[in-house]
Amino acid sequence: MIENVSIYELLTLTTILFFIGLYGFLTRKNLITMLMAIELLLNTSVINFVVINKYLYPDVLQGVYFSIFIIAVAAAETALAISIIINLYRLRTSVDITETETMKY
Amino acid sequence: MDFSYTIFILIIPIAMFLLLGFFYNKIKPAISGWIGVAGLTAVAGMSYYTAYQYFFNIPKVDGKFQTFFGFKMNWMNFTDTLRIDMGILLDPISIMMMVVVSTISLMVHIYSRGYMHGDRGYTKFFAFLALFTFSMMGLVVATNLFQIYIFWELVGVSSFLLIGYYYEKPSAVAAAKKAFIVTRFADLGFLIGILLMGYYGGSYDFMELNNPEGFNTILENAPQKFMGISVITTALVLMFMGGAGKSAMFPLHIWLPDAMEGPTPVSALIHAATMVVAGVYLVARMFPMFHFFDDGFALHVVAWVGAISSLFAAIIALTQTDIKRVLAFSTMSQIGYMMLALGVSKYDGHEGLGYMASMWHLFTHAMFKALLFLAAGSVIHAVHSNYLKDMGGLRKYMPITNITFLIAALSISGFPLTAGFFSKDEILVAAFEHNKPIYFITLFIAGLTAFYMFRLYFGIFWGKKKDYEHAPHESPWSMTIPLMFLAFMSIASGYLPFSEWVTADHEAIHGHIGLFSNLGVIHWDMAAIAIVTGLLGIAIAWFFYKKPTDYPAKISAAFGRFYKWTYNKFYIDEVYMFITHKIIFKRISTPFAWFDKKVVDGTMEGIGNRTVDFSKLIKGVQSGKVQDYAFAFVGGVFVLVLIVLYML
Repeated sequence: MIENVSIYELLTLTTILFFIGLYGFLTRKNLITMLMAIELLLNTSVINFVVINKYLYPDVLQGVYFSIFIIAVAAAETALAISIIINLYRLRTSVDITETETMKY
Repeated sequence: MDFSYTIFILIIPIAMFLLLGFFYNKIKPAISGWIGVAGLTAVAGMSYYTAYQYFFNIPKVDGKFQTFFGFKMNWMNFTDTLRIDMGILLDPISIMMMVVVSTISLMVHIYSRGYMHGDRGYTKFFAFLALFTFSMMGLVVATNLFQIYIFWELVGVSSFLLIGYYYEKPSAVAAAKKAFIVTRFADLGFLIGILLMGYYGGSYDFMELNNPEGFNTILENAPQKFMGISVITTALVLMFMGGAGKSAMFPLHIWLPDAMEGPTPVSALIHAATMVVAGVYLVARMFPMFHFFDDGFALHVVAWVGAISSLFAAIIALTQTDIKRVLAFSTMSQIGYMMLALGVSKYDGHEGLGYMASMWHLFTHAMFKALLFLAAGSVIHAVHSNYLKDMGGLRKYMPITNITFLIAALSISGFPLTAGFFSKDEILVAAFEHNKPIYFITLFIAGLTAFYMFRLYFGIFWGKKKDYEHAPHESPWSMTIPLMFLAFMSIASGYLPFSEWVTADHEAIHGHIGLFSNLGVIHWDMAAIAIVTGLLGIAIAWFFYKKPTDYPAKISAAFGRFYKWTYNKFYIDEVYMFITHKIIFKRISTPFAWFDKKVVDGTMEGIGNRTVDFSKLIKGVQSGKVQDYAFAFVGGVFVLVLIVLYML
């Protein structure tokens, strides 16, 4: 519970962050940038968990725990994504998303 | 009496086939020939021993020969009564056939060692001969219709393999295919007959079907009539169609002359002595049924088909110039004899003379016709040609072949005191007693037979002197010994008391007449006419062909168109070609093929093609662009959210 800050302001912030992340994911061509955009999306949800837990159900801790899980999973996922991107770079000497369009019809 | 050793009569040939067939690269030709001869000697020995035991040592019951089973096992049960057995049936005709098959097969094995010497597929040839011997033995000892059908097809396969033995020759391949297709077509009738017989007759077993006491039960159970004849008779006629195909009866005979493309020992074994008489054997095997149902309607069919084929073939044989083809048509003619003899026969006692005559003629014919073929093979071996025009004056070069061929030719012409004289006399008597028109046809054929056989004999061994490039020489001993043995049999088999041994009701016709006393029961009045006819034929041939004369040319010119028709075998092959190609292929098969290709295939291909078209239309969705997928996903979520918020 933060003084003078209501839940609406915080949720507006996360919404803005979410759409920034979504926009980044849909428009960027660099895989690293896309990965960063995904991190933004994840962080949005982490903040949401914590905020909703704090403001609506202050006497339980599930939201906080979940956010810790998400951070842990996100770390592992990032490591995986980075390794895939590195391998792709070795193969194609590029991390451009347009280089990966071979799996199609 | 224990006949269980007879199973080895089947096991030895099939074992030989597997041995020679699987290891045919490993076995040296010289050894494989001896393996064949040794195996067949064992088979022949057992057959003779069985015949000796059966005819001499086993007491008759009520004056009848009993039927034994050397081996019997239940193979398949359909219902309590309808079942398929496998077994070895021993009765007079099956034992007689065993002796014929093993004797001829042994002689052909010995002969082939010389004739096929140096051939590339020598071992393969003996393997096929062993397969044929196995199949033919299985056919003659069959206990039921299905077993006979299985072995029936097996002899067809061996015949196919051996006709097409010289597979580099396109004509041999075509002949093999023709033989197989024609006989298979006939066997379709046989199969339908068997199934009808099983359904309405209630059994496949020969012993049950041929039991005269069961006929009325069968008639009660199967009262159906089709075009005025009982369904059982229909089944018998259909089965005879199979027999006619195998035995080269008109109009299913077209494969037999072409089958002469095979090696000559094969022609002797399969297409003269054994396989082609399978049809006669089948009718003899089912004889009580043929005789009983519809007053022997099916038997009348047999008689007339036999008589017409016999006459037809004898006329064609007059004009052919390929010596093996003359012999092929002669075979067809003689098998027609056996058929008509069966056809005019009745069942009991002296009335069953035709049956006995038919079986006897089968036996003697096997001997002298195999001899004729083997002697012809010896001649072909010497002059390297099948055609009469390349031969002449060979009696000086090949004395043994000359004498043996002469004996066989005399025997087939019914010359007195040869085997053919006795069996042919019985056939003429049977025909005279029961069917006068057929008797006169038979007598006429006897004259024709004597004429064309001696046309062949004088053409090969007398006639014009030829200047041969390489002087022909007598064949090796391996070929002449079988000739001499068969020449002996061509006379001696006439003195076996067949009327005591092989009859329709298993009872002696003339009572006990003992060995070598057939002269006592011969019908001399009938015989005199037959002898005169035969001698007339020989005399004309002598007059025409002993020295080169221009009579044959004049006669053939006098007959003009008829001669041409005969020379071209009455254009039966062309008729078949016309029916199959112009009518069946063009008018029936082509429209059906069109329907199949356009309508049936078209529907199926249409379904496939439309699916492919639709897939092409929507395949762009699967673009491989991750961001497109993500956009579609997010967009979808928004649409769903909007729907949930405002519509519900």
